[in-house]
Formats: sequence, C-alpha cells, structure tokens
Amino acid sequence: MNTPLMHYLVWPLVKFLIAFIIVQVLVAAMNWIERRLLGLFQARLGPNRVGYKGLLQIIADPVKFLLKEDIVPASAEKVAYFLGPILPLIPAFIVFCLIPFGPPPTFTVTRVNVGLLLILALTSTGVYGIILGGWASNNKYSLMGGLRSAAQMVSYEVPFGLSIVGVLMICGSLDLVTIVRYQETNAWNFLPQIVACFIFLVAMNAENNRTPFDLPEAESELVAGYHTEYSAMKFAFFMLAEFSMMIVNSCLMVTLFFGGWTLGMFGIGLTTDVLRHMGMFGGILGTLIFVTKVMLFMLIYVWFRATFPRFRFDQLMDLGWKWMIPLALGNIFVTAIFILAGQERLMYWIGIVSIGLAAMYLFKPKPKRAAAPGKVAHAS
Amino acid sequence: MFDVHEMEVNFGPQHPSTHGVLRVLLKIDGERIIEAKPIIGYLHRGTEKLFEHMAYPQCIPHTDRMDYVASATNNLGFVEAVEKILGVTKLIPRRAQILRVILSELQRISSHLLWLATHAIDIGAMTPFFYCFREREQILDLFEAYCGARLTLNCMRIGGMPEDAPHGWLDEIEAFCAKFDAAVDEYESLLTTNRIWKRRTVGIGVLSPEDAIEWGITGPPLRGSGVEWDLRRAQPYECYPELEFDIPIGRNGDTYDRYLCRMAEMRQSNRILKQCIPLIKQTTPGDLKAKISKVIRPPEGEVYHSIEAPKGELGYYIVSDGKTQNAYRCHVRPPSFVNLQALPMLAKGHLVSDLVALIGTIDIVLGEVDR
Repeated sequence: MNTPLMHYLVWPLVKFLIAFIIVQVLVAAMNWIERRLLGLFQARLGPNRVGYKGLLQIIADPVKFLLKEDIVPASAEKVAYFLGPILPLIPAFIVFCLIPFGPPPTFTVTRVNVGLLLILALTSTGVYGIILGGWASNNKYSLMGGLRSAAQMVSYEVPFGLSIVGVLMICGSLDLVTIVRYQETNAWNFLPQIVACFIFLVAMNAENNRTPFDLPEAESELVAGYHTEYSAMKFAFFMLAEFSMMIVNSCLMVTLFFGGWTLGMFGIGLTTDVLRHMGMFGGILGTLIFVTKVMLFMLIYVWFRATFPRFRFDQLMDLGWKWMIPLALGNIFVTAIFILAGQERLMYWIGIVSIGLAAMYLFKPKPKRAAAPGKVAHAS
Repeated sequence: MFDVHEMEVNFGPQHPSTHGVLRVLLKIDGERIIEAKPIIGYLHRGTEKLFEHMAYPQCIPHTDRMDYVASATNNLGFVEAVEKILGVTKLIPRRAQILRVILSELQRISSHLLWLATHAIDIGAMTPFFYCFREREQILDLFEAYCGARLTLNCMRIGGMPEDAPHGWLDEIEAFCAKFDAAVDEYESLLTTNRIWKRRTVGIGVLSPEDAIEWGITGPPLRGSGVEWDLRRAQPYECYPELEFDIPIGRNGDTYDRYLCRMAEMRQSNRILKQCIPLIKQTTPGDLKAKISKVIRPPEGEVYHSIEAPKGELGYYIVSDGKTQNAYRCHVRPPSFVNLQALPMLAKGHLVSDLVALIGTIDIVLGEVDR
C-alpha cells in the first residue's frame, strides 16, 4: 500500500485534484461573492436572478463563456494569441500543490523544503501570458495594457519578495509547514512583522492587478487592457488565472502572517497537535479554518475595489520603488537587529502599538462639515 | 535603424470614458501625451437648422436633445430668449418663474451628480457612481411627477409653464432637499480627502484664469480657476436676485478645484431649492401663463440671451425677420463645445490616464457639442 509510487505520485495527484476542484469552486464562488458584495457596498443588489439569490450565476457564467463565439482578430499573432491566456493559468494551478491547506501530511499535497521560493518563482511567470496576450492582440490598447502590466508586476515582485524575507528570518525556514508550526508556538507573524504584512497586502493587490492597482485593465483608460481582444473561453481563462492568483496570494498571506490552518498562539488554542488529536475531523477543521481566513482576505480585495480610485501609472511606480521597497528593506534591517539581540518577542510590541494607533485613527471622531460652506470651495 | 516616432492612438469615438462619441486623436510618447486633438461631429443632428423650419414652440423639444442630461436648463434658455425678443420677460407670472428656478436647480444637481458619477468611475472609483445615481433617480422621479418625462423634459413654454406643481410635489422636493446635504457628505467622504483621488486630480490640467477667459471657458471650469462669474448673479434672470446663494470658486484651477466647485455648487443649488419652496407656496396656484398671443411672431430683430446651465454659459442667439413664425436663424452657444476647446491645452504633457480625468472634469455632453 505504502509503496514509493503511491507515496510520491498517486497520493499527491489525488490530493492535488481534490485541492484543485475545491479551489476552482472557490474561484467560481468568489466571482459571485465579489459581485454580490460589491452590490451591497454600492447600494444595489448584485446578481440575484439565476437560482436562489443568484447562486446559479456560478454555473451560468462559465456556460455563457463556453457557448460564446471565440473571436480571433485577423491581424493577431496567432500562436502567441493562443498562448496568452494559457500561460498564466498553468503556474496559478501548479502553485496549489505547494500550499498547506491543513495539518500535514494528510492535508498538504506536497511538502517542499523550499516551498516559498518555488511559489514565488511560479507566480512570477504569470506575467508572460499577459504581455504575450497584450502584444499578440495587435491592438494599441492591449499593448499598453500588457506593457503596464509587465512593468507593474516586475516592480511589485520586489517588495512582494522582500516583505517575505522578514518572516523567513524569524521562522528560519522556507518550508511553509514549518512557518505555520512556528507561528502556533509563538505569535502569528503579523504581530512582529506588521510592516511586512502591510507591504505584502499592498503588493499582492498590485500583483493581481486589482483596484487600486488595476491599471493594466483600467476600463476607463484602456478599454479592457490586455484582454480587450479576447472573448469567450480565452477571456474566461484570463479571469480564472486572475482569481486563482488572488486565492494563491490570500493563501500565502494566511500561511505567512496569519497562522495558516491553526487558531492559536503560544501553543494555546487549536494548534496542529490539538487538531491531530481529533484525527480526520481535526484535519478538516483545520482546512476549514484555513479556507475561512483565505476568504476573509478575498473579501478585503473586494472591499478595496469598492473603496479606492485608481492610481496613475507613474504614481504606481513611485509608490513601489520609492516607498514599498525602502520600507521592506528597513523592515528587514529592523528585524535583523532584533534577531541579533535575541529579542524577537520584543517585536510584538511593534505590531500591538501599530494596530493600536491605526484603531485610534479609525475611531477618532471626525469633525463635522459645515452645512453651507463659504464662498471659496477650498476647505483649507 | 531605430526609427523613433510617437504612437498615434484613436481615443474613441467608441470608448468607455469619452462620455459619448468624442474622438480624441492622441499622439503619445509612451504614456505621455504630446498632442491631443478632439474630433467632433459624430452626433451632429442639425438642431440649429431645424430651428429655422419650425415654429418657436415646436423648437423646445429639440432643445431637450442638446444637453440631454440637463434639458430643463436648455428649455429655460430657449424660452427666455424667445420671451426676450418678444419683449414679454416682465410679464411672466411669479409662480412660473419660481417653478422654472426649481426645475433648473434640480436639473443642475442631477447634471452634477451624473458628472460626479462618471468622473469618479473614470478615475477608477466605482462606488460613488451608484451613490450618485441613487440620488439622481429621485430627481428624475420628481421630473417624472411634474411632466411625465425623466430626461427630455420639454417642461417649459414660451410665456410660462405648462403645468402647475402636482399635488404633494413641493413636499417631496422638500424631503429630498432635507436629505441631500448628507448625501453630498457621503460622496465627499469617499473622495475629497482620499489620497489616491487627490493624487489623481491635484495639479492635473491647470487652467489659469487668463487662459480660461481667453478661451471663453464658462461654468465650473472657469470658477475652478478662481473667476467669480456666474450668470445667475452677473445677468440675473427669473427670481434669482431674491435668492441667497454663494458662488463657489477654486484657487488653483486644477481638476481637484473644479471637483470641489461642483460639489459646493450642488450644496448651493440645494440651498436655493430650500428657499424656493416657501416662496412658491406664497403664490397663487395655477397662475402660470403670461397673457401673450398664441401665435408667436416676434418683431424683426435679433437677441442673444444666455443662462447659467450646469455646464456653463448656455446662450441662444435668435434672429427674427418679423414675418414668419419661425426664427430666421438660431445659433446656440453650448457650454460643452466651448469648454472642450481647452482639452488639447490641458492634456498636453499629461499621461493617458489624466486624459480621461480631463474629459471628465470639462464635463461635456456630446449631444450639446455636436448639436
């Protein structure tokens, strides 16, 4: 039963398939959740016609995409045009092999000791499809979208990667399972690494071309950016890749900063050992905890989309290179000092104080605006 | 070998953020605009020519279709111009005057709401769009209650108003006014202090007061540059002299100041509406029509009359030969058309993303640009 073949090939494949299906269902569900939630944000209903509360929209959308006519522009570069939507899809799917959904070994597809590096390497290849698709469409708007996307994803890859370094330094491992195990015996990493967590949040929005960084597909400027000329299933592939990458990044966020599948700190609460004692049920519980956390971060994506206007291209670059990268480097430096001093736990106070300050700012009573402003429209 | 030349992009006429069928021929270097050339005429319907072939009252529905998001003010400008050439401006009953002001201020709010909605969505903020439409819908419902139409109102007549305010209509307006300031606060809470919004609008498309005057810019773009010029004050018409309101002006003449101006103008319009309700309740119901001849045949002569439309100075120039029931020539001075002239100047040196913000901030309606 436990032959190497089973151990290294069959079981991982089976688990990958299960994870794949779950993630695809999540992607489809996310589409509905996003539209529904945006509706709530924006004083309207969102999709509510197909099925109970519009839930069948999840099925209706793919069916629509499958049945639509697949238009290929006459002047498109055919091979590249076909490759465009497929290339980002492949890494987005493979990455799910590496993410620990629940307590290992049962609920983790594969455990790689350089898992984090592998994930970073895979996810950064997604940009090729977008550039290729944008260029091959032979449309100026698509080209500009592709170029913007290339510049943006390459730029934000740097703070994205750098923000993780602090976590690696604290946990001392690239293995995602070890990182989660470290967090359940100490505090979740968002406390000592609050700056990195913030950078990661911003960079993951930029990586996924989501508002306020959705310049590559800025509807009001570039029509639809790199996927202007794509229709039917090819367009759906782009969307699928985007949503899958959103889920991947949320998974990374949860794994790196928010304790993965556990619900406990300092060895108290639902830690891996507690979950393992519960057997299969504990594993499923852990996975559910993980998925819930991931969905919370998916909601943050939607929340951002409902709130923010869009950055301009040069401002985006400005933010990335002049603010995010120095901030990430500074975070590494500070973390290094604390580790050298052997006082990692003192860093929790950075997190606690930052969260306290943010809460104070948020709940500060806002000055009420005068009912009839004066002659000059300027407030100050 | 490396032949460096700028890229030419046709921005429109089919584009999500040109607000209709505006076409801008762009020469861009990377994303930077070297030259932006607006090409118009895709919505030309020969409105001015049509005016020469129909009797004056028949022209009013056609004025609706120029600035189709602000038809009440279009009507107002036209009927006032005809009244002026007839010499009956003083005869218009007070109730009709106040009703006209109510309709045009409601229209101003609804036009500004549409502007804010599209401007925000152009810059990427999606949510204000729906919030604005929520309030705009209420205004359109009020229009519907008054005249049955929601967009092309055809709600004014030469010499007065066609209908009296329906039962309970004024109270509905009062209820709307009571809530509207809070709604503007809500839009402002999403945008005014938002860092991204400010980065996208502050310093973008700076229009100096001198340039604005030389190009004939009117309305909020002119006031955004700090020129206190509002025809409701400068050349008062209807019952505006009795009403208290401020003219909001900007300081720097950039997109952000124009935004602030329009937001403040919505509050001021609301203030005017609040004053109008008690005024109209003092007048006799049904007293809406001046005693003028049914056949409108103005004496020979010409007249230019302009009003403050939501987008700027809307003027009608009418020449009458004194013999027929239709104008010998009718020229319209649409604010959007004149304001659009500033686009090449404003856009030069900015990025493509700013162009959509600039088209938004000029607030054009192509029906009015092309007529």
